[in-house]
Amino acid sequence: MIAIIDYKAGNLKSVERALKKLGFASRITKDAQEILKSERIIFPGVGAAGKAMDNLRYLGLDKVLRQGFESGKPFLGICLGAQIILDRSEENNTRCLGFIPGNVKMFSHTLVSRKNERLKIPHMGWNGMHLTMKHPVLKGTKPDDEFYFVHSYYPVPTLENHVIGTTDYGVEFPSIVGHKNLVATQFHLEKSGVPGLKILRNFCTWDGHYAE
Amino acid sequence: MLSKRIIPCLDVRDGKTTKGIKFKENVDIGDPVEMARFYYEEGADEIVFYDITASSDRRDIMIDVVRRVAEEIFIPFSVGGGIRTIEDMRSVLLAGAEKVSINTAAIKNHGIISDGARAFGSQCIVLGMDVKKVDASSKIPSGYEMVIHGGRTDTGIDALAWAKKAENLGAGEICLNSIDADGTQQGYEMALTSMISENVNIPVIASGGAGNIEHIFEILTMGKADAALVASIVHYGTYTIKEIKEELHGRGVKVRRM
Repeated sequence: MIAIIDYKAGNLKSVERALKKLGFASRITKDAQEILKSERIIFPGVGAAGKAMDNLRYLGLDKVLRQGFESGKPFLGICLGAQIILDRSEENNTRCLGFIPGNVKMFSHTLVSRKNERLKIPHMGWNGMHLTMKHPVLKGTKPDDEFYFVHSYYPVPTLENHVIGTTDYGVEFPSIVGHKNLVATQFHLEKSGVPGLKILRNFCTWDGHYAE
Repeated sequence: MLSKRIIPCLDVRDGKTTKGIKFKENVDIGDPVEMARFYYEEGADEIVFYDITASSDRRDIMIDVVRRVAEEIFIPFSVGGGIRTIEDMRSVLLAGAEKVSINTAAIKNHGIISDGARAFGSQCIVLGMDVKKVDASSKIPSGYEMVIHGGRTDTGIDALAWAKKAENLGAGEICLNSIDADGTQQGYEMALTSMISENVNIPVIASGGAGNIEHIFEILTMGKADAALVASIVHYGTYTIKEIKEELHGRGVKVRRM
């Protein structure tokens, strides 16, 4: 069973529906025992980092997630779940979970494209992804695949080998990060059509091992 | 870099689309769930549903459509039409829509934009704008006026001022429909679209007037739109989404290709 972490962070049902379509059973839960007993953990989320961390701490889930991560079971972060696994976020100047060393930064409001057009914030819509590391969860991803993004902040791991993939939005930013049994995508796998579902399926059969 | 989006729009009344897809073999699909899946598989980047069900006590039919669509397609989709309260927004979003579109309700009550953005995040709130060209005046300096009730009622509100205000209130995106161009198939309203897009920092979806791929190319380049809404030209099989995207790609517009 896959535990989808429920901490009042946006619509978790879309992840559940995508898993159902792929034939994997999941439960949306905030119950510590259920999360720790699960085979794998999905940590989604939209919204602000400050509020999200407040909710996690209030529910005691910050400790449960750490235990889950340290147990070695496959752990997937999506969107905000790819940010608050780092040490700190510039959003609401928030201390985060610290599973991956690094910080979460905001896009500059002065970003321009290569054609010198002003770029709008948030970064919203379909964009590509350039794999910088080989990772079992990204197996079968094609260079032309695009993914659906909605965000104003992005994760910046301290160590280069924790960056699995990057995306260009006036700045080349990390859009997939990973460390040990944890992998996280800044884009919404559950809203990224066939390429997104492929990564989700890979995660659901991954054993959690990754040679960094 | 971000791709320009092609977004089919489906009008839904009492749970059925008002314009079905006419395939070459003349099979007509009128079920919004089937149509959504068709466009999803063809490479649509997003889908817009516009509920034109007249009676508000039949809204649960639309909620059921939204729920079934969400089980079938894994790209973002938005729902507009008849959304008047935060509770209306909540039920559509919980049923699986990524975004809600508000139009008349936002003009009558500006607070619904900020309340909706606070409750669900700006990325969920699309401001629908129906706009008509008028003579520029002190009241309407941009020369474009907001209209409601499908263009039958003038509001006296300047479209550019309203777009900026809605952005400040927390709208995350604008779906900009020209009443003058809508249904003509003579091209999108270029001046209006570029003016709004240059003056806000949120994405603008151009709507109304698409008759051929040239129109789509123009609005996404000179018109500075981030996305183009398409209806008749794809519903009637003039072009497929894939044909539109291949041609745009060939002309140097970045689009997502399947």
